[in-house]
Amino acid sequence: MKTAPNPAAPARPPAVPPGPPGAGAAGGAAARTGRPLSRRIAEQARAYAFLLGGLVCFALFSWYPAVRAVVIAFQKYTPGSDPQWVGTANFTRVLHDPEFGAAWRNTLVFTLFALLLGFAVPFVTALVLNELRHWKAFFRVVVYLPVMIPPVVSALLWKWFYDPGAGLANEVLRFAHLPTSNWSNGADTALVSLVIVATWANMGGTVLIYLAALQGIPGELYEAAEIDGAGLLQRVRHVTIPQTRFIILMLMLLQIIATMQVFTEPFVITGGGPESATVTVLYLIYKYAFLYNDFGGACALSVMLLVLLSAFSALYLRLTRSGEDT
Amino acid sequence: MRPSGPRGTRTLISPHTLGRPRGRAVYWTVFCGVVLLFALAFLFPVYWMVSGAMKSPDEVTRTPPTLVPESWHTAGYTDAWDLMQLPAHLWNTVEQAAGAWLLQIVFCTAAAYALSKLRPAFGRIVLGGILATLMVPAQALVVPKYLTVADLPVLHTSLLNDPLAIWLPAVANAFNLYLLKRFFDQIPRDVLEAAEIDGAGKLRSLVSIVLPMSRPVLGVVSIFALVAVWQDFLWPLMVFSDTDKQPISVALVQLSQNIPLTVLIASMVIASVPMVVMFLVFQRHIIAGISAGSTKG
Repeated sequence: MKTAPNPAAPARPPAVPPGPPGAGAAGGAAARTGRPLSRRIAEQARAYAFLLGGLVCFALFSWYPAVRAVVIAFQKYTPGSDPQWVGTANFTRVLHDPEFGAAWRNTLVFTLFALLLGFAVPFVTALVLNELRHWKAFFRVVVYLPVMIPPVVSALLWKWFYDPGAGLANEVLRFAHLPTSNWSNGADTALVSLVIVATWANMGGTVLIYLAALQGIPGELYEAAEIDGAGLLQRVRHVTIPQTRFIILMLMLLQIIATMQVFTEPFVITGGGPESATVTVLYLIYKYAFLYNDFGGACALSVMLLVLLSAFSALYLRLTRSGEDT
Repeated sequence: MRPSGPRGTRTLISPHTLGRPRGRAVYWTVFCGVVLLFALAFLFPVYWMVSGAMKSPDEVTRTPPTLVPESWHTAGYTDAWDLMQLPAHLWNTVEQAAGAWLLQIVFCTAAAYALSKLRPAFGRIVLGGILATLMVPAQALVVPKYLTVADLPVLHTSLLNDPLAIWLPAVANAFNLYLLKRFFDQIPRDVLEAAEIDGAGKLRSLVSIVLPMSRPVLGVVSIFALVAVWQDFLWPLMVFSDTDKQPISVALVQLSQNIPLTVLIASMVIASVPMVVMFLVFQRHIIAGISAGSTKG
């Protein structure tokens, strides 16, 4: 949810440099073919000198680890000693871990809840905010405020709210004469409690992006619908949603990709408990690497997560590209 | 297009409906409801945190809780500052964020400039490789990335417990690099060619022509870079096992186990202040930046 605050931007195809038609590009091409070889080599050397720092970092910390994840997934790997090839042993071991099923189930349920709650709430909030004609800046600042609070602080804050003794959450329930809940300490309620935290902390970005999309809807469409006798909900259904269908889909995919990588909330609030009710896939990867010292197993899990998430990312990029063309 | 003043472009509800007495009553009821709801949902937790840290250790755990502290103590804040080594952890965070920002500005702008204006051979392949990393969610690769940082290829040194472990991976930020490249693409080549005729080298034209023209995008990239480091948790948790080197986010979780509640809450407030202040100062730019990406589609 936080990785890409500007979701539509990265996927746009590179813009063609504007300027006088032909002048830049054609002049450049002529220069390229007309220059002597030594000059061209010097130019290339200079271009790569500018690229070097960035390329080294991408190679070391993006491309190499991606390859390495796949390699280590088939190795017994202990830092400091030579790795041994073990075939698919890491995968079978991980698949037989009872926490494996729990982690995937939790992650999927978390994502599902995050879509229901984490998407419906900001959607309705943006719809309502778009109708308000006063204090616009105030609402935008306030809804985005939690995003700026470090996630660790949000998690600790809600851990305190959920505290069975001095927690505010149960105090609110008691005040409303409702039965109290175990919140993050109960096996049934723990996941939902974490989704509430994640929604509170991250909805600001979704609200702002969706608000901007709502402002792009031509007013005439609403007028026409109203003349045709469409009520409020019908206008939402037949004008608002179809007009913003594309951005809704984008935000949903981004939400899925982000929530499938959830780690901070379960790590800080529940520690994966009670009884692995909130262990997520990323948490399990962390456990394999840093508690069990089993880097092969961690990489096998990473590869599985990677394949699934890359599929979603590819879908996202495809959609943004096709959205650009229309 | 942006509605200005009380009446703007037509939205879901028509201005006509809003003009009628009943419409106006409903509007103000909804308005007050939303203000109340926002205050309760987003401002109250912040108030609860700030005021909770000022209660006495006995009052903060009392049920039912007090809405306003009976007496205001600053001991929570001063204890957090003095005993929890918060200044050291805050300084670590500042150091990590500043270095990541600086290296990103230097190396990402240089690379984006090269890809946009210098026509390197295989430029399209390089750009494709960089954009491909956008598809690979970062968190799924933390373990192999950790192993790489723990034992760098060729050099065989470890960057663990070193701010370089934050700084260097931060440069591999395809999102920021692409943002910069797209902005540079829009700078007409003629401007740069004119400078070259005047004798300016490539570096000179980057520093004295391209960068001054790119202030808005540099601002956005800077904010993203700073926020990303300040908010990150899993990566610094992995690479800083040495307590003295940990940034505030990691230190908070480690400390939260065995310190008095008021001191912990005070530490949480202190950890939030820098980003919240930065947000309030630059809120207009930040909100505009987030909204801008979505106007298409």
